[in-house]
Amino acid sequence: METEKQSEVTEADLIPVYIMGKRYMVPPTLTIMKAMEYAGYKLVRGCGCRGGFCGACATAYRILGDPKLYFGLACQTVVQPNMYLAQIPFFPAQRATYDITKLEPTATTLFSIYPEVLRCLGCGACTKACPQEIDVRAYMAAGMKGDIATMADLSFDCIMCGLCAVRCPAEEAQYNIAILARRLYGRYLAPRSKHLEERLEEIEAGEFDVALAELKRLSREELVARYRARDIEPTEGPREEED
Amino acid sequence: MSGYPPEMQESIRLVEATRLRRLKETFPTMSLEEREQVLNAFHPDYIKEKMRAIRVGVSKGQRMPVELADIVEGRPHIGPDFDLSEPFAETDVLVIGGGGAGASAALLAQENGAKVILVTKLRFGDANTMMAQGGIQAADRPNDSPAIHYLDVMGGGHFTNVPELVEALVMDAPFVIKWLEDLGMMFDKEPDGTMVERHGGGTSRMRMHSARDYSGAEIMRTLRDEVRNREEDITVIEFSPAVELVLDDKGQIAGAVVMNLETGVYSYIKAKAVILATGGGGRLHYQGFPTTNHYGATADGVVMAYRVGAPLGYLESMQYHPTGAAFPEQIVGLLVTEKVRGLGAQPVNKYGEQFVYPLEPRDVEAAAFIRECKERGNGIITPTGQPGVWLDSPMIEIIQGPGTIKKNLPAMVRQFGRFGIDITQEPMLVYPTLHYQNGGVRLRADGSTEIPGLFIAGEVSGGVHGHNRLMGNSLLEITVFGRRSGRSAAAYAQQVKPGKPTLAHIEAWNRELEEAGVDTGVISPILLPDYTRRV
Ligand SMILES: Cc1cc2nc3c(=O)[nH]c(=O)nc-3n(C[C@H](O)[C@H](O)[C@H](O)COP(=O)(O)OP(=O)(O)OC[C@H]3O[C@@H](n4cnc5c(N)ncnc54)[C@H](O)[C@@H]3O)c2cc1C
Ligand code: SF4
Ligand code: SF4
Ligand code: FES
Repeated sequence: METEKQSEVTEADLIPVYIMGKRYMVPPTLTIMKAMEYAGYKLVRGCGCRGGFCGACATAYRILGDPKLYFGLACQTVVQPNMYLAQIPFFPAQRATYDITKLEPTATTLFSIYPEVLRCLGCGACTKACPQEIDVRAYMAAGMKGDIATMADLSFDCIMCGLCAVRCPAEEAQYNIAILARRLYGRYLAPRSKHLEERLEEIEAGEFDVALAELKRLSREELVARYRARDIEPTEGPREEED
Repeated sequence: MSGYPPEMQESIRLVEATRLRRLKETFPTMSLEEREQVLNAFHPDYIKEKMRAIRVGVSKGQRMPVELADIVEGRPHIGPDFDLSEPFAETDVLVIGGGGAGASAALLAQENGAKVILVTKLRFGDANTMMAQGGIQAADRPNDSPAIHYLDVMGGGHFTNVPELVEALVMDAPFVIKWLEDLGMMFDKEPDGTMVERHGGGTSRMRMHSARDYSGAEIMRTLRDEVRNREEDITVIEFSPAVELVLDDKGQIAGAVVMNLETGVYSYIKAKAVILATGGGGRLHYQGFPTTNHYGATADGVVMAYRVGAPLGYLESMQYHPTGAAFPEQIVGLLVTEKVRGLGAQPVNKYGEQFVYPLEPRDVEAAAFIRECKERGNGIITPTGQPGVWLDSPMIEIIQGPGTIKKNLPAMVRQFGRFGIDITQEPMLVYPTLHYQNGGVRLRADGSTEIPGLFIAGEVSGGVHGHNRLMGNSLLEITVFGRRSGRSAAAYAQQVKPGKPTLAHIEAWNRELEEAGVDTGVISPILLPDYTRRV
């Protein structure tokens, strides 16, 4: 099997990293994830998309001689000399069960499903840990005010990696609360699309049935001719000022 | 400070020098004949030595990349004598695969009265669906129609698509958007509710719906959250990939054998119907290409379905996405969403000149990039020897206004920003990357296959996109056919008369391999690629 591409390195270039406390020499250009593989780990936990989208590879690390604790995604963070790495591939978090069709998009809903949202201390430890650079404290603050739209907007880039929950002194599962806010927003608060509703009615009324039936019957040549003749909607130009 | 080395910065100066002039220039689109030519000469699918026909099974003779053929012709994890007498669990519908197709299927099967078990390889949502950025197509604007969408899909697929499947795709599309919205997905919208919709490669109308550049993630996490809300009827089992399907003595599906990835223990899950939704196979790295796909994309579903006799199709064409990151090394192969071109960024060569229309169908665009680098020598070569062309992202801010990139492409800004590249100021270097499995297990419009009780949905299937999928049609496919297969599987499970489970097909398979003298030395499905260093 092909391995992921890596540049050639000589022994002298290698740097030490510590995986679960054990020392390995790895090339300095690798991400933490690839460094673990270089060290011989075949990953099962702690590896999903390999591209910064799934949140499977949450990692905590320290660097020798530096008192700070750092957090990152193993697939997106490049190794540094003397990194002490620990994967956090799973972190238990409270998650409520609800029927989204039976809720109202209100503060009361949020507080009754996740009463702990009101326990947030505003300490900001979550924000510091977030590898997506989300201001987690700010979306939690919005949640405490019952401001669902703001909570939805600020938390949008969340990949549910769990690092904020790991750090929280108030034992919040911020990302589970945030997805409730986003779903409430998407279902109830976002403005509805008139053109979508109209199209659904048209399809249900069978308005496109004849056209589709005809297209399906066309020979390849006829289809090609139609395809060539189709007009292409111009791409958007610069936006209008008031937009 | 620029994250690019000095040699590359020199070329960037040329890109900057031509930018204002290029803003007003549109590179002409290729004729169908020109497209054929560039594909034949430069697309990886057309490299004969890298493809071969499979030698056993119902689709004997079907050509596919050699790496895939070796796995399809592999030997099973378990023997025919594996004990099926005490199933580990029993259910109406077993969904295999926790991506968007599997989640949609589980929801619809449950809504239609089935008890569901969903098994998946890694965590629920560790899937290609999670990684999709660009968006999902649906013809819902007044100047568009399902008929126009149909034409675009067929043209993109070189007119080889199965018409009934395309019809299902385009007609269900607006309903899927509504369904996702009702589940609470946050689409990009104007203040009055009008959907923000853009072009994608090969579209003749702007119908790409998005959720910033986390479109797939937003679909995936919404569906996953909903599945979790229905825990009374849907049981999710993670880190438990299926390794073999099970039939009964009447040739109907009877469940699957799964493996606990951590303990290595195999167990049988008995089911009246199975929905296979295992996604694609980018991690097989055909011809050594890097890939955009998630870690578990190893074409398992194709292997398993084929072994029980389900025909395959369209696997001779793989999709290489034109814009995989080519620099920095840490992210080579990762996707640069097509939306970047949709927003106006042009691909340009090392002299800062355009050489292809930005939004040709994917295969054509990718082949044109390869030609520009390999034949014309106009590519940029990185310090590790990786070729690439520029994608001039700063143009977007000039065309659409400052702040557009940050607002519409936050994932891209973050991805490159981690390596000191500010894509609002500097272009990105890109080169084709293995992206999508156009073909797979053949399906019917209701999600069924040739095997009674086996349903299929998503990237593992073949026929919807013909030989080339357009962007935005696969997030659409997984929801359309996920829903259809879920509904069909629940209905089937209610009326089927199950027979006695057996693994006789393994015996027959092994015999056929032996008689044909085929031994690829592989045990398949392979489940995960092996990236550990060989010492
Ligand atoms: C980076 C990227 C960007 C994309 N962008 C777009 C886009 O903008 N628009 C668009 O329409 N499409 C896009 N696509 C394509 C689209 O995302 C995928 O084709 C689609 O999401 C596939 O969905 P799926 O459910 O079929 O498979 P997946 O989402 O991959 O899910 C398959 C699941 O099955 C599991 N699995 C695999 N094997 C087994 C097994 N043996 N047993 C149990 N489980 C198993 C996997 O682990 C995974 O969880 C993109 C793809 C990628 C990779
Ligand atoms: S908000 Fe929390 S769960 Fe979401 S990405 Fe940030 S740290 Fe991870
Ligand atoms: S870490 Fe916890 S308590 Fe502190 S701000 Fe974040 S959510 Fe609130
Ligand atoms: S593996 Fe998915 S975010 Fe790192």
